[in-house]
Amino acid sequence: MVLVAEPKQVVAPGELLAEGDHLLGDNAYKVGTQIFSACIGILEVDGNRVFVVPLKGGYFPRAGDLVGGRIVDIGLSGWTVDIRAPYEAMLPASETPGPRGPRRRDLSSSFDVGDMVLAEVLDFDRTRDPLLTAKGPGLGKVSTGRVVEISAAKIPRLIGRKGSMISMLKQETRCQITVGQNGVVLVWGKSPEDERVAVEAIYMVEREAHTRGLTDRIREMISKSRMVEQVAGTQTA
Amino acid sequence: MPEPKQPEKLIDEKGLRIDGRRLDQLRPLKLEVGLLDKADGSAYIEQGKNKILVAVYGPREAHPKHIAMPERAVIRCRYHMAPFSVDERKSPAPSRREMELSKVIRESLEPVVLTDLYPRTTIDVFIEVLQSDGGSRCAGITAASLALADAGIPMKELVAACAVGKIQGKMALDLSDAEDKYGDADLPVALVPNMGLVTLLQMDGNLTTAEFEQGLSMAMEACKTIHTMQRETLKKKYATIKDAVEEREEPEIVA
Repeated sequence: MVLVAEPKQVVAPGELLAEGDHLLGDNAYKVGTQIFSACIGILEVDGNRVFVVPLKGGYFPRAGDLVGGRIVDIGLSGWTVDIRAPYEAMLPASETPGPRGPRRRDLSSSFDVGDMVLAEVLDFDRTRDPLLTAKGPGLGKVSTGRVVEISAAKIPRLIGRKGSMISMLKQETRCQITVGQNGVVLVWGKSPEDERVAVEAIYMVEREAHTRGLTDRIREMISKSRMVEQVAGTQTA
Repeated sequence: MPEPKQPEKLIDEKGLRIDGRRLDQLRPLKLEVGLLDKADGSAYIEQGKNKILVAVYGPREAHPKHIAMPERAVIRCRYHMAPFSVDERKSPAPSRREMELSKVIRESLEPVVLTDLYPRTTIDVFIEVLQSDGGSRCAGITAASLALADAGIPMKELVAACAVGKIQGKMALDLSDAEDKYGDADLPVALVPNMGLVTLLQMDGNLTTAEFEQGLSMAMEACKTIHTMQRETLKKKYATIKDAVEEREEPEIVA
């Protein structure tokens, strides 16, 4: 059992990560007893398990994921939603809050083409397109706040270990932030200025996801822009 | 611009080639990744006078739908030469040669990409030759595999490619345009170094078995050199950001 590459290092596809009886994790593959990286990412070791956290890549749906999507088409019994995945998602009318049974009225009165919806992936099994549901607390049409779209690969970093990064962001920016697993982040703040700082911080996480001490650096950036804001505020007053 | 005249000698008395290289020397190689914002992954290569830009999109929904495979992603590849990439204007319509190269390049990349992870999707690879100087299919493969990795597409290994050829009866590495035109043979090779897998092997002209074997081992050595550079280029993009922000941080900790 030998770890060939160093944990937390950036690894390229095909790079030898470990040799011996390690457990194979995500984004890696095994040839005999050797484990290789399958993508550009950061090597992580959890106990005996070797895996790679990708630095690039799109969203691949999984049942239970919270996603933000845009309505692209309206059908007879539901909507087609772009969830930034390789597959178009279906949101059936029966999975939206409201009266049951066949709906006489036009579906576009609930969601129209171009609307942003927050939904949960109900089911996805690779053989058919993902199925969404908009039933549930906080789900449904999003008509206020700001939409930030970042790479889905950076979402785990934005949430942080046990939610450390996102809870810090919420606290420091005084914004309500909802993170979709597909890279769509929704921000609601009390003032446009709060929202601006939050959006800037989210982009900074995306850009510097693979660096150390990021949480502290983000906190510092937020307090700095707050100070600038205050100075500007006193000057105009 | 007139067609370049045939040089009197491809190898001079000192054993050097027309551009001053030794027989076993690669042309200067420059690699870059992630330079296109709109593409999911991109790469740029300069190998000698070759200038090639590659963009990768995907995995994305397959259109038209009937090309989709139920159990894996389909890789589509387009090798295209810009009208201004050669001496005489080239028609921008896909030629027979470009269609063939698109096919062999796709086949050289397919064995490394983990296509079974993304059923019913396509991965599109666009190879645009901006300036051509011989060995552009190899440079295209080298850049395309980098662009695929830059797009975050799961793959077993980067593919490196390089050609060898015979000029004035001697085996020479990485032929330039003139050497390819006036030389005796050309042997492009694509290699997956870790797996020892040759994913492209073509031959134009005649070689003896001994020459072929010598050429193949020369090309494979060169592919390994190129492969090391590919990895470095890919990692450098992230290392630069890392160094920039972490360095900025350190003096503040001391203070």
